[in-house]
Amino acid sequence: MMNKVVIIDYGIGNIFSVNQAFKKIGVETFVTSNTQAIEEAKHLVLPGVGAFHKGMQALHDLELHKTIIKTANKGVPLIGICLGMQMLLDESDEFKVTKGLGLISGRVEKFPKVKDRNNYIKVPQINWHEIVPGVSNISWKNSLLKEHKSRDSLYFVHSFVAKPSNIDHVLANYNCNGILIPALIIKDNVVGCQFHPEKSGDVGLKILKNFMLM
Amino acid sequence: MQIKKNRLIARLDIKGENLIKGINLEGLRVIGSPNEYAKKYYNQGADELIFIDTVASLYGRNHLGKIIKSAAQDIFIPITVGGGIRSLEDALNVLRVGADKIAINTAAVNRPELISEISNTLGSQSVVLSVEAKKIKDNKWEVYIENGRESSGVDVMEWIKRGEIYGAGEILLTSIDRDGTGRGFDLDLIKSATESVSIPVIASGGIGTIQDIYKAITHANTDAIAMAYALHYDKTTFNEIRKKLNSHKINVRNFNNDE
Repeated sequence: MMNKVVIIDYGIGNIFSVNQAFKKIGVETFVTSNTQAIEEAKHLVLPGVGAFHKGMQALHDLELHKTIIKTANKGVPLIGICLGMQMLLDESDEFKVTKGLGLISGRVEKFPKVKDRNNYIKVPQINWHEIVPGVSNISWKNSLLKEHKSRDSLYFVHSFVAKPSNIDHVLANYNCNGILIPALIIKDNVVGCQFHPEKSGDVGLKILKNFMLM
Repeated sequence: MQIKKNRLIARLDIKGENLIKGINLEGLRVIGSPNEYAKKYYNQGADELIFIDTVASLYGRNHLGKIIKSAAQDIFIPITVGGGIRSLEDALNVLRVGADKIAINTAAVNRPELISEISNTLGSQSVVLSVEAKKIKDNKWEVYIENGRESSGVDVMEWIKRGEIYGAGEILLTSIDRDGTGRGFDLDLIKSATESVSIPVIASGGIGTIQDIYKAITHANTDAIAMAYALHYDKTTFNEIRKKLNSHKINVRNFNNDE
């Protein structure tokens, strides 16, 4: 296993837990906002919680957006978590339309409305969910989800939905009261999880372990 | 099977360095080491943990930092921390040591804008409005502050509606009357709350049997259950609760220790 991961610190979100999770699986971590350290990373993590435009603003203020794009385009495995995942896409509707990193084409949109009064989707959606293969049914074998069992659950907390424009980039969805929401997206070396692998017990730690094998 | 999934949360009330439990939020008794219990509940399959510093607000200090930092080394599920959070800076400090959400009560009642200040920066999903409710007459509850010690004169349903508008992401609703009694939830309280707001409601206070949890979910439409007494005193375990709820077609997280 590659034993070092660079965690991007842009002043937003709970980096402590992401850091701890990698340490727990025996990976050395380096938390930084230094562009050179990010460019030299062998594995890169973009964490984050909060509002999309604030996240992007913070990346711009630290001039990290270009560095992240450049590093990912070199083929360095990059995993975006929650807001970090959403920022991988082209743009978001949250508050105001804001451009993302554009590493995976797609948009971040509001949760779809559900008509059934008794079964509507509460937003923020805060829950553990099981995941299912994406619509194009790409095999989980040899993927980050290779050990994932169908009844394993992951912890989600989000108010907006990241929708890649190419369904082949959706490795897994979760079923939210009858509506499929992208849970894990991947395009070559760029991975995004809507769930928090660092908050999903052993099931989540396994996914981080597999990321380090990319 | 019911579609909506219900979260099962362990609630750890802290005083100083100890895990404690009271009745009606009073008469606090020392249970043991918070980290030991937190780890136990994590390993048993708790969906989340809530830590509340019961005296932080009263004395204006917070012992929880150390406890949370230590818990977050080994515990990889969401952690909510409450007690003594008065500012955005306090909230950030708690998140920096491994918490995912903060719970605010007294400071929010005193200055509701605090909810917006934290929510605008950290996102509403990080802000849990903790509400301690005392019944004053049928279908009427009043908000208490300072961990159930002081009445605020504010109506619970009015308050949680305002809290949602200010940007709270969840409501942790504790019935002072039922807390630590094992007499069952105040179902009217929970039902009124879930009908008043569209954000998730966590019901707390009063679980004696698994039947109580079943009722809170089916009759009062709660989104999550926070348990203390029933777990600390080994009245039940997460495994047992999951099995029983599943057999009654209630949807809860499958945990790998389940059969």
